[in-house]
Amino acid sequence: MTAELLLQSIQLSMPEIILAVGAMALLMVGVFSGERSTSMVTGLAVGVLIIAGLWLLLVTGTGSAFGGAFLADPFAKFMKVLILIGSITAMVMSVGQAREERINRFEFPVLIVLATLGMMLMVSANSMIALYLALELQSLALYVVAAINRDSVRSTEAGLKYFVLGALSSGMLLYGASLIYGFTGHTGFQEIAAVLAADERSLGLVFGLVFVLAGLAFKISAVPFHMWTPDVYEGAPTAVTAFFAAAPKVAAMAMLTRIVIEAFEPITPDWQQIIVFVSIASMILGAFAAIGQRNIKRLMAYSSIGHMGYALVGLAAGTQAGVSGVALYMLIYMVMTLGTFACILAMRKKEEGNVEEIDDLAGLASTHPFMAMMLTILMFSLAGIPPLAGFFAKYFVFVAAIEAELYALAVIGVLASCVGAYYYLRIIKIMWFDEATESFVPASGELKLVYGIAGIFTLGYLFIGGPIGAAAQAAAASFF
Amino acid sequence: MGLQAVFFYLFAFVAVASAFMVISARNPVHSVLFLILTFFNSAGLFLLTGAEFLAMILLVVYVGAVAVLFLFVVMMLDVDFTQLRSGVLEYAPIGALVGLILAAELIIVLGGATFAPEIAGSGAMAIPPLTERQNTQALGDVLYTDFIYFFQIAGLILLVAMIGAIVLTLRQRDNVKRQDIAAQVARGPANSIEVVKVKPGQGV
Repeated sequence: MTAELLLQSIQLSMPEIILAVGAMALLMVGVFSGERSTSMVTGLAVGVLIIAGLWLLLVTGTGSAFGGAFLADPFAKFMKVLILIGSITAMVMSVGQAREERINRFEFPVLIVLATLGMMLMVSANSMIALYLALELQSLALYVVAAINRDSVRSTEAGLKYFVLGALSSGMLLYGASLIYGFTGHTGFQEIAAVLAADERSLGLVFGLVFVLAGLAFKISAVPFHMWTPDVYEGAPTAVTAFFAAAPKVAAMAMLTRIVIEAFEPITPDWQQIIVFVSIASMILGAFAAIGQRNIKRLMAYSSIGHMGYALVGLAAGTQAGVSGVALYMLIYMVMTLGTFACILAMRKKEEGNVEEIDDLAGLASTHPFMAMMLTILMFSLAGIPPLAGFFAKYFVFVAAIEAELYALAVIGVLASCVGAYYYLRIIKIMWFDEATESFVPASGELKLVYGIAGIFTLGYLFIGGPIGAAAQAAAASFF
Repeated sequence: MGLQAVFFYLFAFVAVASAFMVISARNPVHSVLFLILTFFNSAGLFLLTGAEFLAMILLVVYVGAVAVLFLFVVMMLDVDFTQLRSGVLEYAPIGALVGLILAAELIIVLGGATFAPEIAGSGAMAIPPLTERQNTQALGDVLYTDFIYFFQIAGLILLVAMIGAIVLTLRQRDNVKRQDIAAQVARGPANSIEVVKVKPGQGV
């Protein structure tokens, strides 16, 4: 690699370099100014993320860097912007809870920045080695963040469970990657695709593909690799759960999309049947298992499993419309999830602190009309009721599936979505028609802002959807 | 050739003999010292094959860090090694079998070209002669130029692991007394000696 090539690579990966250097600088700031510097470090971390985002939007071009291991294309840019928005919002939302509970440590924002860096590298990864390293960077930071409330048994249990199962899935991914390397002789996605297009596909390669997809399905918590999700969501502090549910899902889905569309494009039928199965299983489990939940964080965990199933419907299609549907779905899913978690974080009672039972929402409409209104909009949207954003998200992936002649998948998806509507509507019923119990303390400004924006975005998607859809299509076009 | 062969057999013999002593020495501290001797002789073998960088790294990392760590562990932990070693002979056949399989694999890998001449030279890259390219330079090229991206991410992963270990385990204890040199130096007779008049028969 000549100096000129290296300089070009650095220019293309500048947002990531900003995050890496920023995280290290923040660590220094935190260490030298002690435990009380948490709020300052949090503010600076948000600043670093914003600078990286602006650089990404305004300066960074497209191209491949570091000998093809790192790819900056419109798809990566779209997903990275989503990830940055998700991380910034989650960090802003965490401030209130961090102050109340014992997680106000300056390492928390630093770890979030490092996890975000890992996610951005995942989205840009264009070779098996880059993919694995980026995934580990992200996962390792997330394991620590899950257990950040180390004095709580549930939080440490969540962290440990996530770590053990995550390590297992990383092992599967690595095993699959080594099989693929062994049977194709390459680690780069384009080179793998070229070998697959030229040769007959071998059985060993299909084994590798299955292992890689299993490892990645774990990261997006798709059935049958979803078992960790409810426990981790419930055990981790709510602010951390809000982060888990948004940005990492976007990154893992983007990575899955890139690997199947780019590296395994010549063997589409092979991966398509796996994705179809995983998608159907996730949609059905997400719809049925959430019905019996009493804890709203567990409910959101099953809801996110179901939503990953819907997003995979678009991926199963494997067409440009399908990929753009996935990109759009992840955007809308992230906004809805962040808004809902802002409402969950606002469920604070004076004496008990944060509460998590669905029944605690009873009579919210009379005590906090604005929050009830926004949560109602978000729940309707999560259920996929027109004309809210959630409906359009589902509409585009189902249309893509029908165009790709996956009729059974689309029909099962619509039916699962009808079943899933029940538990979202139950929350609305509890908020509007049940007797009010003890009222929540007024929500802090940043939470109000987040669920307000999320609610208005979901409600007004009909009017602002045009340019967003165009951006998603431009992102998907980089593959085809 | 003659001198090189002499040194090869010297290093190889001492390495194997001291490796045997590692597992048969009664005193665990002696085991670790024999392990260090094995490392030294392996470094000598590396030098003979022209891998001077690996030889030095072996000394610096294994002898300097790992073996010392072993010594610490052996001395700190109160493990009854004679009791641990009591069942060794029972499992000797299994150990021998594993060793046999490993030896067979080594022979297949190293002597593969004899069985199938066409695989000779199909490795990733031919090794250039030492006069053209030094070990250190070649390793540096691979780590810091060709794969700089992976190297840097691996570094960040290690950083996260370190932060994680500290976040999850470091506790600020309140009742720990630490040395405060400034306070010690500033201490004088004025604020440390108190003259008390003791009345007879009452004590302090």
